[in-house]
Amino acid sequence: MLLVDLSLNALVTGVVLGSIYALIALGLAITFGLLHVPNVAHPAMVVGGSYAAVIGNSYGLDPLVAGLLCALPFYFLGVALYEFYLRCFESRGLGNTMQSLTLFFGISLIIEVGLVVAFGTDLRSIKAGYVGHALSIGFVVIPYRFLIPGLLAPIVVVLLRAYLTHTNTGLAIRAVAYEERALQICGRDPAAIKRHAFGIAMALSAIAGAALVIIGPIDPFAGRAQLGRVFAIVVLAGLGTIPGTLLAAILIGVAESFVTAFLSPSWAPGVAFAILLATLGLRPNGLFGALR
Amino acid sequence: MTITRRTFAQLGAGAMMGVAAPAILSGAYAQNRPIRIGASASLTGPLSSTKNSVVGYEIWRDDINAAGGLLGRQVELVIYDDQSLPANVPGIYSKLVDVDQVDFLLSPYGANLTAPVMPFAKQRDRFIIGILTLAANDKIKHDKFFQAAPWGPNGAEDYARGYFDLAKAEGIEKMAILAADTEFSKTAAAGGRRVCEQFGMQVVDYQIYPPTNRDFTAILRNIRVSGAEAVFVCSYPADSTGIVRGVEEVGIGDQVRLFGGSMVGPQYASLLENLGAALNGIVNFHLYVPEPTLKFEGIENFLTRYAPIAKQRQIDPLGFYIPPFCYATGQMISTAVKATGTIDQAKVAQWLHANAVDTVVGKISFNELGDWTQRRVLMCQFQNVQGNDLEQFRQAGKQVVVDPPAYKSGNLIPFAQARKG
Repeated sequence: MLLVDLSLNALVTGVVLGSIYALIALGLAITFGLLHVPNVAHPAMVVGGSYAAVIGNSYGLDPLVAGLLCALPFYFLGVALYEFYLRCFESRGLGNTMQSLTLFFGISLIIEVGLVVAFGTDLRSIKAGYVGHALSIGFVVIPYRFLIPGLLAPIVVVLLRAYLTHTNTGLAIRAVAYEERALQICGRDPAAIKRHAFGIAMALSAIAGAALVIIGPIDPFAGRAQLGRVFAIVVLAGLGTIPGTLLAAILIGVAESFVTAFLSPSWAPGVAFAILLATLGLRPNGLFGALR
Repeated sequence: MTITRRTFAQLGAGAMMGVAAPAILSGAYAQNRPIRIGASASLTGPLSSTKNSVVGYEIWRDDINAAGGLLGRQVELVIYDDQSLPANVPGIYSKLVDVDQVDFLLSPYGANLTAPVMPFAKQRDRFIIGILTLAANDKIKHDKFFQAAPWGPNGAEDYARGYFDLAKAEGIEKMAILAADTEFSKTAAAGGRRVCEQFGMQVVDYQIYPPTNRDFTAILRNIRVSGAEAVFVCSYPADSTGIVRGVEEVGIGDQVRLFGGSMVGPQYASLLENLGAALNGIVNFHLYVPEPTLKFEGIENFLTRYAPIAKQRQIDPLGFYIPPFCYATGQMISTAVKATGTIDQAKVAQWLHANAVDTVVGKISFNELGDWTQRRVLMCQFQNVQGNDLEQFRQAGKQVVVDPPAYKSGNLIPFAQARKG
């Protein structure tokens, strides 16, 4: 009975945590997976979204509502950032080089220092009525601060998937990942499509940031802890697959949860990379690389 | 051109004067130049919440300079940002010593950052005060190291001994130990395990978790299943929050009568405000709380002056944990320098080993390793915390000192009972 108790709780916690990981990784799935932009600043952008949620929460808004409201301004920030990247790097043929990687490292440092200057270095958290409480179903107990953002992720994935498969612009975003020139021949401007996609990725960062600050306090450097995991999720899923990102994240979340429950918590961070290495050895395109 | 012997001699004397001049001038200048105290502080990075240490140094510096300085010389602070990275520390301290030529060193914050600088301090035979470092000098055994924090002798094992003294007094036989995978936490956890062995307590669960972990539900369930009667937690601020929330959400079992011990975080205003009543019942270490048994001379004045600076700089508004001890480090230096009449590091160190110092955190005397001769780490239980109002923590009665007996301000309440409020 004890084994069933621990296993069920580990499974449920893992799924919920994995959903949250997916929400954090979705923006990177677009920028790195579809646009092939090495956006290592993505976790820092997520933390920026967290601070936006903290500000909104200080005015009485629920952090997820604050995150959704901040999605639009973050979208425009993403559009502006991509325009800068386009003019400085992509238009000069330097899009996929170490220099663009360096750019985004620099951007992540600027975001971090900017947050330090604006907010200081103390841990920031939100106030919500559901934090500190949990849903109990039999002997399965799920804290609401994991459950609520965890439920949001599948909704976002479904909506994003629908957008990318059932709208012309969404199809164009997927097309630009395959062949820019063909898209151009079809009369669409690849740069405009990529700008729009980058904006969507930044908007997702705002929502993911709200989820991140709900599960625990953040400081300006909280994104660093997520960097390896989000890249592992995106690569494990297969570049550019949105539903695959959710499934890969859940796989990692469940694996980490079981390792923590039955082996040792200190082994859990290695789980993501162990799974990634094992998968890439067998399927270099990732688990769902063919499904876009 | 023909040079006469007289001309050659004049040129030679002039050249020698030119070579010797900087030494002569700097010697004269050195007697009047400010006394420099060098340190690194985590102004950025994950440990940047400790940067209020600088305020402690600055208030002391201002006090000393307003009183005419030390030995008639102004005091100057030279502080660099170590970015919370141990890799940055050796270079910073090399610069402080070789380029900035500071007279005294203060360590970075904490054991993780101080470990890289101790071999350097020993090799260069430099006076250094450890800023809340645990067991920093246990292996190096540097005779010019002094501890700012009241860990007491044998700090690695004993700094949290008060927690285990409480456990023993409560008749606790089964202990669980939970620690973050960092230098400080693992040192504390290992020390806790040794004390358990000494007290005949069984360690029924021993878990080390990665410091980035935020979900503790599985870990807490395992502790509950182990049947532990007390849990010794060695954590840092973000994970401390996750653990407290986890206890609130999934529980730890009614058999647990003591929880906490070595959690870094509940000393900070941001966590006190965030966690509020969720902290009730937790017994945790602290260095200073505004209880009536801890009214050291100058401490309230210091905290009053600290508050507006903290507000302006957006740092911890309470300042109980680190700043008073940073002010005290200045008092250690100034008292010893005035007593010896010199900034000679060997003489200052010798004096400190032989004499006690009155500071805003009490009278301090040091042993041969530079640790305080008397452990003064407080074990405080959160009691009757209501809501999330921060100002309540400026009053007595919210962080009740339950150990050591000399500073006790209230009685320990069993964990489950205390959480009911």
